[in-house]
Amino acid sequence: MYQILKQIAKTGIVTEPPPETDEALRLISGRLHAGVLRWFAGALTIRHVDAGSCNGCELEIHAINNPYYNLEGLGIRFVASPRHADMLLVTGPVSRNMEVALKRTYAATPEPRLVVAMGDCGCAGGIFGESYASCGRVSNVIPVDVAVPGCPPTPVQLMQGILTAIELRSVD
Amino acid sequence: MRVDDFPAELTPLQGAMPAWCATVDAAMWRHAAEDVREKGGRLVALWGARAAVHMTLTIRSGLVWLKLPLMPQQLLYPDIGDIFPAANRMQRAAFDLVGVRADSRDQRRWLRHGAWPGDQFPLRESFDGTHHWPNSGDDYAFVPVVGDGVHEIPVGPVHAGTIEPGHFRFSVVGERVLRLEQRLGYKHKGIEKRFESFAIQDGYRLAGRISGDSTVAYAWAYAMAAESAARLAPPPRALWLRALLLERERIANHLGDLGFLGNDAGLAFGLAQLSRLKERVLRTNLALFQHRYLMDAIVPGGVARDLSREGAETIRREIESLHPEVARLKTIFDEHPGLQDRLISTGRVAPELADRLGLVGLAGRASAMAWDLRAQLPTPPYNQLDVRMVTHRNGDVAARVTVRFEEVLESLKLCAAILDRMPQGEIGSTLSIPTEGSTGLGWVEGWRGEVLIALEAGAGGSLRRVHAHDPSWQNWPVLEHAVIGNIVPDFPLINKSFNLSYSGVDL
Repeated sequence: MYQILKQIAKTGIVTEPPPETDEALRLISGRLHAGVLRWFAGALTIRHVDAGSCNGCELEIHAINNPYYNLEGLGIRFVASPRHADMLLVTGPVSRNMEVALKRTYAATPEPRLVVAMGDCGCAGGIFGESYASCGRVSNVIPVDVAVPGCPPTPVQLMQGILTAIELRSVD
Repeated sequence: MRVDDFPAELTPLQGAMPAWCATVDAAMWRHAAEDVREKGGRLVALWGARAAVHMTLTIRSGLVWLKLPLMPQQLLYPDIGDIFPAANRMQRAAFDLVGVRADSRDQRRWLRHGAWPGDQFPLRESFDGTHHWPNSGDDYAFVPVVGDGVHEIPVGPVHAGTIEPGHFRFSVVGERVLRLEQRLGYKHKGIEKRFESFAIQDGYRLAGRISGDSTVAYAWAYAMAAESAARLAPPPRALWLRALLLERERIANHLGDLGFLGNDAGLAFGLAQLSRLKERVLRTNLALFQHRYLMDAIVPGGVARDLSREGAETIRREIESLHPEVARLKTIFDEHPGLQDRLISTGRVAPELADRLGLVGLAGRASAMAWDLRAQLPTPPYNQLDVRMVTHRNGDVAARVTVRFEEVLESLKLCAAILDRMPQGEIGSTLSIPTEGSTGLGWVEGWRGEVLIALEAGAGGSLRRVHAHDPSWQNWPVLEHAVIGNIVPDFPLINKSFNLSYSGVDL
């Protein structure tokens, strides 16, 4: 226990912003937090659906929960069921074998539901494209509010995409 | 087994890895498999191609690549699932994609869930990969488990966390797992068909996206295969840089997974600390190699970017600060009674079982399977680095955690040695177009285990057939055994300790 406490004390708080290192992140974090407070009663819940990715985008979804980006500190949480979610975050080109599962997950998410398509594959089919086995972009299968390009998008780009989706909703 | 003892006549294959080829008949196909198994060898991969089936087997001095040509009227070949249990799913996938059938009892489809007609095969020449069909649905015959109080828990394909999709069917009594049956293939997106539209010098981009967490291992295996087909040896500095990238990929993945393993056993502190260290590695990657996960850094002929003197200094400083931090966290994990209580004896794969089922990679090494390509068959620069292979005998989650921690420390040491001894010079040479029909092989020890790429060149620098093999083909079936007798709530912990790829096997 002593070792754990010592390590925690020594590490301190690494969560950004220190504004001088990444201004973009500071801005996005601040606005994300404000948006979540204003439009989602302080808590936005996300259900991630991997519809056929290479697993690269998933690594960045893990990363936004690390202490540097600390997404949960902004009131944004990943949940285990689409029934608990405000937003679906969908990765990958949608493989034809995942088409039904994605549609069912979308149907299980309560209105109003936001959909963010993540990565070059989710946005446009990416390197895999459309084929006998791939439906291509996410919007070929379910309606998409915001698409975040990148292979994979960086954590800051992903947070920016989530923020854009929140702001879109606030305009409605 | 030595090359001279092999029952068929072998021809050496050009390339970085010691490998031999042979074309065999159906009788020799089984005989060779039996012989290799008897002498302690393993099946690495099995796949179909136009009117043929291929497999690669390990012998003491390297890899043997066997091709069994089949009659177009009767695409049937002998089952080797009784010799190498891991062959079962590979044989079923080969049927789904090419239509070559093993004479085994288990004829259930594997990759085809109903997305294309059952009598059509995507990797045949006549198949139009751009056409698509309405999904005809899928009725997979899971093995039923019956008895007093037995019930089923179906999980997936959409899982509760940020994980890839797949279906797990648990049969349980109370909390205890009697049986787990996996159903994968949800991520099948036609990668091997897609390769046919790439030129040989460009295919590394697709290879690097077969399993995003192993992009370096795949890109290196692909480059090695392309270079083997084109008879090209990349400049030494490029090889040293590749090894640096591969070790950094291992470090980043192990750190991330160790964090999640702590978290899955209730130690959130572990996740916070280790994901912090991982993020630092990723940021250094971005600064020095323009990509957090090192995608597209390895290209056929060499590497895409050189490392400057300042860049090398940055990595040295990072190693110096990471090493004591990782060592300290290892001690905290080791000495935490609550954590160890969850890890020890959970998800155990005894060495005998690991051997019988052919467990590979880090999970294999945690069950006394002493196999690491970097130590066993080291290609440059590993032949000059003296890699210390990490093994353990217990085969439980705790053993896999230990192996990962020690591999991180070893990789940090290797990175330092690579920086100290990396030669100066060119970082790439141009890949000439290989002759039509020439073959190449790439085989690389990624963080999860051995990644293999087998490639056959087409006319004018095109790709006729690329097969990519992930170590998860071997290890997924072993996970079914690892959970038997454990409680359902321990499944995420056991699963994470293997952290197998879905995308890499669904292709």
